[in-house]
Amino acid sequence: MSVLSVRGLHKSFGGVEAVAGVDFDVAAGEMLALIGPNGAGKTTCFNMLMGQLRPDAGTVSLDGADITGLPPRAIWRRGVGRTFQITATFASMTVAENVQTALMSYRGDLGRFFARAATLHADDAVALLDQVGMADQRDRACGVLAYGDLKRVELAVALANAPRLLLMDEPTAGMAPKERVALMELTGRLARARNIAVLFTEHDMDVVFGQADRVIVLNRGKLIAQGTPAEVRAHKAVRDVYLGGGTMSGGH
Amino acid sequence: MSALAVQFLNGLASASALFLVACGLSIIFGVSRIVNFAHGSFYMLGAYLAWTFTRGLGWVGYGPLGFWGGILAAALIVGLIGVLIELVLLRRIYQAPELFQLLATFGVVLVVQDVTMAIWGAQDLLGPRAPGLRGAIDVMGQRFPQYDALLILIGPVVLGLLWLLFNRTRWGTLVRAATADREMVAALGVDQRKLFTSVFFLGTFLAALGGGLQLPREPVQLHMDMAIIADAFVVVVVGGMGSVGGAYLAALLIAQLQAFMLLVPDFEIAGLTISIAKMTLIPSFLVMAVVLIARPYGLLGKAPSHARTQASVEPVVRVTPPLLAKFGFATVAALILLPLIADEYGLMVATEILIFVLMAASLHFMMGPGGMASFGHAAYFGLGAYGAALAAKHFDAPMEAGLVAGPVLATLGGILFGWFCVRLSGVYLAMLTLAFAQIVWSIAFQWVAVTGGDNGVLGVWPSIGKTGFFYLSLALAVVGVLLLRRAIYSPFGYALRGARDSALRADAIGIDVKRVQWTAFAIAASFAGLAGALFAYFKGSVFPTYAAIPKSVDALMMVLLGGVQTISGPLVGAAVYMGLHEQLVRATELWRLVLGIAIIALVLAFPQGIAGFAAKRWAKEDGA
Repeated sequence: MSVLSVRGLHKSFGGVEAVAGVDFDVAAGEMLALIGPNGAGKTTCFNMLMGQLRPDAGTVSLDGADITGLPPRAIWRRGVGRTFQITATFASMTVAENVQTALMSYRGDLGRFFARAATLHADDAVALLDQVGMADQRDRACGVLAYGDLKRVELAVALANAPRLLLMDEPTAGMAPKERVALMELTGRLARARNIAVLFTEHDMDVVFGQADRVIVLNRGKLIAQGTPAEVRAHKAVRDVYLGGGTMSGGH
Repeated sequence: MSALAVQFLNGLASASALFLVACGLSIIFGVSRIVNFAHGSFYMLGAYLAWTFTRGLGWVGYGPLGFWGGILAAALIVGLIGVLIELVLLRRIYQAPELFQLLATFGVVLVVQDVTMAIWGAQDLLGPRAPGLRGAIDVMGQRFPQYDALLILIGPVVLGLLWLLFNRTRWGTLVRAATADREMVAALGVDQRKLFTSVFFLGTFLAALGGGLQLPREPVQLHMDMAIIADAFVVVVVGGMGSVGGAYLAALLIAQLQAFMLLVPDFEIAGLTISIAKMTLIPSFLVMAVVLIARPYGLLGKAPSHARTQASVEPVVRVTPPLLAKFGFATVAALILLPLIADEYGLMVATEILIFVLMAASLHFMMGPGGMASFGHAAYFGLGAYGAALAAKHFDAPMEAGLVAGPVLATLGGILFGWFCVRLSGVYLAMLTLAFAQIVWSIAFQWVAVTGGDNGVLGVWPSIGKTGFFYLSLALAVVGVLLLRRAIYSPFGYALRGARDSALRADAIGIDVKRVQWTAFAIAASFAGLAGALFAYFKGSVFPTYAAIPKSVDALMMVLLGGVQTISGPLVGAAVYMGLHEQLVRATELWRLVLGIAIIALVLAFPQGIAGFAAKRWAKEDGA
């Protein structure tokens, strides 16, 4: 059974239909890339999956349970990890503290006022950081890290609740080309090893066609193609959208 | 029926007066993002100057020209004073953190208070009646003053003129554009300096005009500034910051409610007489509460656009360095030995400092790790003091019970007010905390049957001697500070700092940001309440001033002086500030003037705060 199922997702802003009826599934251990030109509705779609936006219509289900319209923290509790287009970490806290906080939240420790947090789940945090290659920087503040390193910290944080699904909005934006492939290779390895479903949006086609198991293409709020990278690459409508055939973009 | 009609008209007249003051504050905030605490001072100056021109000088005469010309001239002069302050002070601190801007304008408040007192004296001054408008008109058989009828018209007229100014002139278009997106307007090459200065002139002019127009209605007095600023803040928050139309709407709503509350008869609950009619700030509170639940950014306000610049990054909270820990132990040890060497006065000063260390630590807890700047922390200090004093007065509670009752009352206040405050952030939150503090103050001041009003509650004496009380304060301060410190290093503290650093990330890892902040708010309130309860027994009496704005500013000064970023900073700040304050009050009658100038000088010299300044210096030395 698929981990994430999206059916008939709709969202309008004023008169503009940003997402106009989208269906797709992500299976466990699968890397699914969501691509499309600017303004296609990718981020809107993402924000509805993670609960930042409430859909006008449609359902989002996780492992068969309806999670439509739940707040982000409730969705997280059900096993969804998330990374942001512009990294969101706790800048005044160290790399290890960032992961520890996520672990403490997952294990229900955050209501404790008198426990010493510094040593709480420290080993587990380092183990997670080790997986993303950040263990040696554990004591540095997130506010001073290089951008590529922050992305990896975010990945470690997102893994802290042992997620079934990972949502990554433009995970490699702002990184050097070489770093991009490396980060997504790492993500792919982790996803397969832990049987996590991964949905990511991406602009870098090298990353998309090199790392995704499957690709879905969004244009003007609608899915226009889906399939393996090779199938999507050869798809007529996709070529029109990206290469300027004009038929899909309204001919202007 | 006719009584209702007259109250309705009264409400309209008050709304006009309130609107004039509040819209200036709102316009200034909209463009410069400065919350101008001194706005009430300009209102007061406008009233005093108008009094001088229309009555004090005598040679102008009492004709219509003298009266209206005097009010207008006063407003113009105050507008120019505003320009001077903008040029000399505010222009240098537009980039400073919001709290420092608030502090700087509060420095102006203090200076203006002492200058006004020096020029016009402490006694109330009665203004002239408006020439030609001394009579009354007949409203369904009731008399309604002609002047108030005129005032009813002035509000909408000014609103209309402002609308024309903002929508039909190029200057107005620029002001609206700057209110919507300041950086974009700057990027388009508009001279911001001129724009800011002219907006500041308009805002202060309107405040002073509002003050002058009050002359025939109420006496001019030295407390006008603080009285009006709280009302104006509420109006601006309710109307939506930067929105002139919202300000009028809010002024109307609040003034009408206040007017009709006057008709509510006194009633009794459990033997206590409750006089709604006397509690004029309660309707403001109710309106604010309802509006902020439905529309967190006010009736016609919009959520602040996301700042393009990265928010300032707070430094990492590290484990206390061994040297600092040793210094802390040494300080406590020295304090334990203090009664052996200090005389009674020294012991009193030390006790007071200890109480304020606790107060500063509680404020720091919500400001530093919590990221919630409070401009009304005195509310919880005051609630703590009154909780203890009222328990002693009405229930003959012993000191031990009073020291529990105080923090309990403060915590309840923190839970109630915090619920609203955590819905906002940044300077909006700070303004709301201030408004709540004013409500606490007004209840203490106006509910005379229970609190004794201005006369306070007397005879709240501790059951132990001065030395014993010193040790009690020391013990509670040390335990309180250690508990707060422990909480900062606890999982809850991590969640709190996380919520401050990135609400987005916190939410994405299952942290209920508002709830965490609400909890921190209540915790801060309870420790401030403990400090307040101690202070009640220390002084033996409790007055409304314990919850007043200057107390809030004292607490803020301690935290900012020591540095928000460090945990030990506020403790040092409290000791230094209280020590200086004590000496200053003893040394000179013009201590407000000196303190105000000192605050302004501090902000100008260290726009990033002393701790920020020190951190920069250290960073430089490290790099060298």
